[in-house]
Amino acid sequence: MVDLATPARATVRRPGLVLAVAVLAFVLLAAFAPALLTGYDPITGVPAERLQEPSLHHLFGTDETGRDVYARVIHGASLSLRATAIAVLVALVAGSALGLLAGFRGGWADTVIMRVVDVFLAIPPILLSLALVTALGFGTTNVAIAVGIANLAAFARVMRAEVLRVRNGVFVEAARASGVRWSGVLLRHVLPNAAGPVLALATLTLGTAVLEVSALSFLGFGATPPTPEWGSLVAGGRSFLATAWWMTTFPGLTVAAVVLSANRLSRALDGGDR
Amino acid sequence: MRRYLLRRFGQAVFVLWAAFTLSFLILYLLPGDAVSAKLASGEAGSSATPEQLAAARAEYGLDSPLPVQYLKRLVSALHGDFGRSVATGDDATHMVVTALPPTLAVTSLALVFAVLFGGGSAFLGTYTRFRWLRQALLSLPSLAISLPPFWVGLLLIQFFSFRLRLLPALGTQGFAAVLLPAITLALPTGAIIGQVLAKSLATQQEEPYAEIAAAKGASRWRVHFGHLLRNAAVPTLTVAGVVAGNLVAGSVITETVFSRDGVGRITAAAVTAQDVPVVQAVIVLAALVFVVLNLVVDLLYPLLDPRIARTPAEVARG
Repeated sequence: MVDLATPARATVRRPGLVLAVAVLAFVLLAAFAPALLTGYDPITGVPAERLQEPSLHHLFGTDETGRDVYARVIHGASLSLRATAIAVLVALVAGSALGLLAGFRGGWADTVIMRVVDVFLAIPPILLSLALVTALGFGTTNVAIAVGIANLAAFARVMRAEVLRVRNGVFVEAARASGVRWSGVLLRHVLPNAAGPVLALATLTLGTAVLEVSALSFLGFGATPPTPEWGSLVAGGRSFLATAWWMTTFPGLTVAAVVLSANRLSRALDGGDR
Repeated sequence: MRRYLLRRFGQAVFVLWAAFTLSFLILYLLPGDAVSAKLASGEAGSSATPEQLAAARAEYGLDSPLPVQYLKRLVSALHGDFGRSVATGDDATHMVVTALPPTLAVTSLALVFAVLFGGGSAFLGTYTRFRWLRQALLSLPSLAISLPPFWVGLLLIQFFSFRLRLLPALGTQGFAAVLLPAITLALPTGAIIGQVLAKSLATQQEEPYAEIAAAKGASRWRVHFGHLLRNAAVPTLTVAGVVAGNLVAGSVITETVFSRDGVGRITAAAVTAQDVPVVQAVIVLAALVFVVLNLVVDLLYPLLDPRIARTPAEVARG
């Protein structure tokens, strides 16, 4: 009874959240099984159908070589989402490790790590990732790693705060008193307790990472031309801005929808729901 | 007050030094190498001999051990010298500084727009009694922050330049050319300002003093504008100082979209050419902007809330 009623109720009470989850599920499906969602080839177009307006045949229109823009957006999902996932993972793992170390060791390790983290916050993320891309070289993976490193500071801060909060808990004291080693306490007690806020931050970073990865590939540091990727799709449509509005509008709209949905989901996970 | 200022100033110097060091570590320690990239693609053809490579590396000071390089570069940076651009051979600092005026024109107008947009939506959103208007105004920032800036810029060009033919799509000349880039740049910054201000205004509304002011006969507008806004301004100012520093970085996107000259254009070109000295000069410049803005914010705090500049000892003395 309850199981049947829950989805319907959720739709009525939180339509925004349900829509957000639906968008994210659709994009995930596009990333893993693009062929299910479109029959057109993303790389080779039909020259006779070049620069067509959006229609029932071509939902998002076609580009200058007659490729279906919808198909390119769908096939671009896997690359864009993979880059996003790498970025968030790098930020999550590296940032959390730094925060854990700082919070757990305390003393000079804490001071040094948190000072470094402060500097990360003083350089705008997009510049920091541009510097990293300069050094690492171009390509979607390097862009993803750069965006990840540029966003690790927030994770370090949240993780450190959580460790400090949990560390003085009675249950940690009890575990130590009953002879559990620090590494055991860390894995058993500190990490699971700190996971909540860190994961909420990870969902929030998901949206930021989509934005920054697509911005860097818009600038031309990500995927190389024939490969579809959301940011570079928008860049590719720039030359046709006056004649073919659909070439930039729809890929950008996709990015905006994914970011909005990720942010909505993160707000729900954070408990800040109204 | 003097100790407060001295401490803030010390922090500012530290951040600048740290930004220099961090960018040095990233740019000079990691494998990417502009010199070999240039020789491989440039006039020397694809067959640069090891001798040519060594000579070029010596020319750009890349042949000495890392700590020596670091100290040399730090000393030159203190004199405002970040080396010469590997791509063009010009002085990196000079390139960045001459590109600054058009960028500052856009960023300062963007800051004004950001404050108007963020402040306006938050203030009216918490002031209005209409539920629907409140919800619409308060959800504007979270919408604005989710839109990719490069896409917003292109949409604005499409609409205002190609459809309505009101404003120029591209270029650096004139006031009209500044408007669209400034709006593009202002949206994400204004969104953050709006979110923070709305949150602190809502918190202040619950405070007892707001009720007392209303009970003593102050109008709703007077309470909101005279009492709540002043108290809510402190956290907002902190965040505004931080996000305003992002405006210079954001011009990398807007200047590319609108084909404008400026620091952002230079940065994008420098990254493409792996032009390390220029990239480092831009990063230190961005850190400088960040630091200066935050110093200004630190100076404004005591005007809003005199308690902030006092040490605990002074507070105890009363």
